[in-house]
Amino acid sequence: MIGTAWAILRKDLQIELRTKESVPAMALFSVTVFVLFHFGLQRNELEGDLAAGVLWVTLILATVLGVNRLFVAEREQGGIDGLLLAPIDRTSVFIAKASALFLYLVLLEIVAVPAFGILLLGPNLFTPLPTLVLLLVLADIGLASVGALVSALAVETRARDLIVPLLLLPLLVPVTIAGAEATEPLFSGSQAAHELGKWLGLLGLYDMVFLLVSIAVFDFLLED
Amino acid sequence: MYGKGLRTLSIAAAAAMGTALGLVFFYAPLDADQGFIQKIFYVHVPLAIVALFGFMAGGVMGIRYLRSGDRSWDMRSYVAIHLSIVLAVGVLISGSIWAKASWGHWWVWDEPTLVSFLIIFLLYCCYQPLRFSIEDPERQARYAAVFSIIAGAFVPLNFVAVRLAQAFSHPRVLSTTGGNLPGSMRLTFLVSLLAFALLWVTLWKLELTSKNASMQLKRLRRNLEGAFDEQRVPAGAPAPPVGTVPASPRES
Repeated sequence: MIGTAWAILRKDLQIELRTKESVPAMALFSVTVFVLFHFGLQRNELEGDLAAGVLWVTLILATVLGVNRLFVAEREQGGIDGLLLAPIDRTSVFIAKASALFLYLVLLEIVAVPAFGILLLGPNLFTPLPTLVLLLVLADIGLASVGALVSALAVETRARDLIVPLLLLPLLVPVTIAGAEATEPLFSGSQAAHELGKWLGLLGLYDMVFLLVSIAVFDFLLED
Repeated sequence: MYGKGLRTLSIAAAAAMGTALGLVFFYAPLDADQGFIQKIFYVHVPLAIVALFGFMAGGVMGIRYLRSGDRSWDMRSYVAIHLSIVLAVGVLISGSIWAKASWGHWWVWDEPTLVSFLIIFLLYCCYQPLRFSIEDPERQARYAAVFSIIAGAFVPLNFVAVRLAQAFSHPRVLSTTGGNLPGSMRLTFLVSLLAFALLWVTLWKLELTSKNASMQLKRLRRNLEGAFDEQRVPAGAPAPPVGTVPASPRES
């Protein structure tokens, strides 16, 4: 199962490397949103809750772009038939797609977080960076599993581009809550990382629930 | 097959609703702090509880559909979710009225229960667009079931998340210690909870019965038209288009 998942993942990454469709678009989008926030909020520097909110909302919105594209190659080029005909466990398709999205998100954050630090963030980015990385990785697991699931759910519908954000954004509210709440003290300059454990626990719970639910129901989405 | 017991159920629901309203207006004491407006609590909270359980029941019915492949479970799940969305609108409106009366604002963000409810409502609002943008009926049922399961799992998780994020300010009625509700208020509350639960079940059964009946009617009509066409073809005349049948059983 891991072998097939790895094969599908490698294929996805190769397509992404050659077409450069998702990750550059997500990164560019997030930088553009930072610029929008600069003018929308009319601030040159953000800190505390405002900074945490802008960063997380931007990352969540950029995730929508990635989720929109995740199954498009399969659907438009007919690759999905090959996947369905292949004698493989459907769960490996999920694992491959979720891992691909996870990697896209990590790449996105490698660009977007420093860009945020340069463009908008008032306090120094380096001191809270280890905690922030931990939070982002935990959040990415949840985003990737929910995103792969929603992408597979929406790709068959007529109004795919509408269904993805409508479905995904409410599902991601807990991630936004945990991420923004845990990041706020990191960006407000105070060293006291209060209640960090609570939010890490919430993110962990979210990841676990949605990984299990996704693995349980994903088979039904690719069943014809 | 769905109509069985519908009459008894309707009478029970009507009686429970009447009793609940009677208790609310004539038996339950006025709240010392909030006065008359507090009585909206007997509508708002039971509605919310019933709607949430309806959403989760829709998820359980979705699981049963996926396990059995029996389309009637899909129909049950669809009606349960659809009905709970309607109740959820009532929850948000009654909650807003109550918030305006007791806190002076139509919407209060630092009230976790209301906020979680809004998020869940927004999520379930996608159920129908998702469902009806899939054409193949079998796939429609399958995808809707998957959605109902994901969303059903999301309901408790979302409550945990929003509750963690905010300071406690919502009046909790059924806390572990039994709450601070005097006996007469609690009795009234429980009766109206029962009344709304019965109302939900009655409406659910009613809609299932009606959907089932209209599907049967459509089937019969189609058979009848088929019979007509067969009779006409040998007579030599080209069959004129008889009354068209709607293609998909969208909600009426």
